[in-house]
Amino acid sequence: MEIDNRSGACPYNSRSQDLSEGLQVAALKDNCENVIPDPDAWLDAEIKRNILLTTVDWAVDWAKRSSLWTTVCFPACCAFEFIATAASRYDISRFGMEIMRASPRQADLMITAGTLTWKMAPQVKRIYDQMAEPKWVIAMGACACSGGIFANSYSVVPGYNRLFPVDVYVPGCPPRPEGLLFGIQMLQKKIAGEHTEIRLPSLKEG
Amino acid sequence: MTLILTGQDTAKLIAARFPEAVIEFDSRAAIIKSEYLLKVAGFLKNSPEQAFTYLTDITSVDYYDYFEVVYRLTSLEKNTSLALKVRCYGRSKLQLPSVTGLWKGAVFMEREIFDLMGISFTGHPDLKRIFLWEGFNGHPLRKDYL
Repeated sequence: MEIDNRSGACPYNSRSQDLSEGLQVAALKDNCENVIPDPDAWLDAEIKRNILLTTVDWAVDWAKRSSLWTTVCFPACCAFEFIATAASRYDISRFGMEIMRASPRQADLMITAGTLTWKMAPQVKRIYDQMAEPKWVIAMGACACSGGIFANSYSVVPGYNRLFPVDVYVPGCPPRPEGLLFGIQMLQKKIAGEHTEIRLPSLKEG
Repeated sequence: MTLILTGQDTAKLIAARFPEAVIEFDSRAAIIKSEYLLKVAGFLKNSPEQAFTYLTDITSVDYYDYFEVVYRLTSLEKNTSLALKVRCYGRSKLQLPSVTGLWKGAVFMEREIFDLMGISFTGHPDLKRIFLWEGFNGHPLRKDYL
């Protein structure tokens, strides 16, 4: 096939089209002399949305009660209800406390699940003493509250409050997981009302 | 199923070797003299026909006038089990020979009886309280303990 060069009829090669294209570019360039500002007006709104004004008490209490870590102190059968509470069906991790600490130094809550004998009492007291402040205790079950059916026994501690202060008592033999969860919520309400003592270094002290 | 020997069978078994050891027997157990305890136990454990190599349990009962210590033995080889009883008179300075030389498993069982009933076992390697703390006053499973 022979190419016809005489008319120069290739549609993309016309002089008039090139000219109109050049006019478009020139017009666009003239219109683009000024920088368009970045759309960052929403940033101010976002900052406004994320700043809360509150008290130190509220913030510290919120942090304390939202991640109660439990130490391992399960001397008897209430431990099984506690295990059920921690497992997926009742799911204690909803309260930010799914981690059982094997070391009491990393824990701030002791759930005393079970009967305690006097022979075991020094060890449990030692666990409590090793926990760092702030620390709380939930007495779980009848034995932990008062000794339960062993209250008059020669060998059983009649309530953990003989050894250390108890914050929440959850009665039952054993309490169901719902009961323990309710007790945990009561403890969280109790923590929410605490006052934070701020200890600033005094100038007078050496 | 393990064949549980009656007291009569047990008494017959022991009397064949130690005629004067058995005091009496009932449907479940044979009661033997305490001075024969080690001999009878050694015979039941070591004789190839009996081979009671497994000590299931030792328990004790307070009958006010005397204490009874019950030994339950099992022969894994012959698939039989039996019960031996030994009586222990008086309420203070109760003594029985220890069977820890024959069955190591008796160590904790005898400590438990020493702790809760106050019967001491001569020849026990480490006779001390097991459930209660050192310095506890009395033996709580005795009938006269309040």
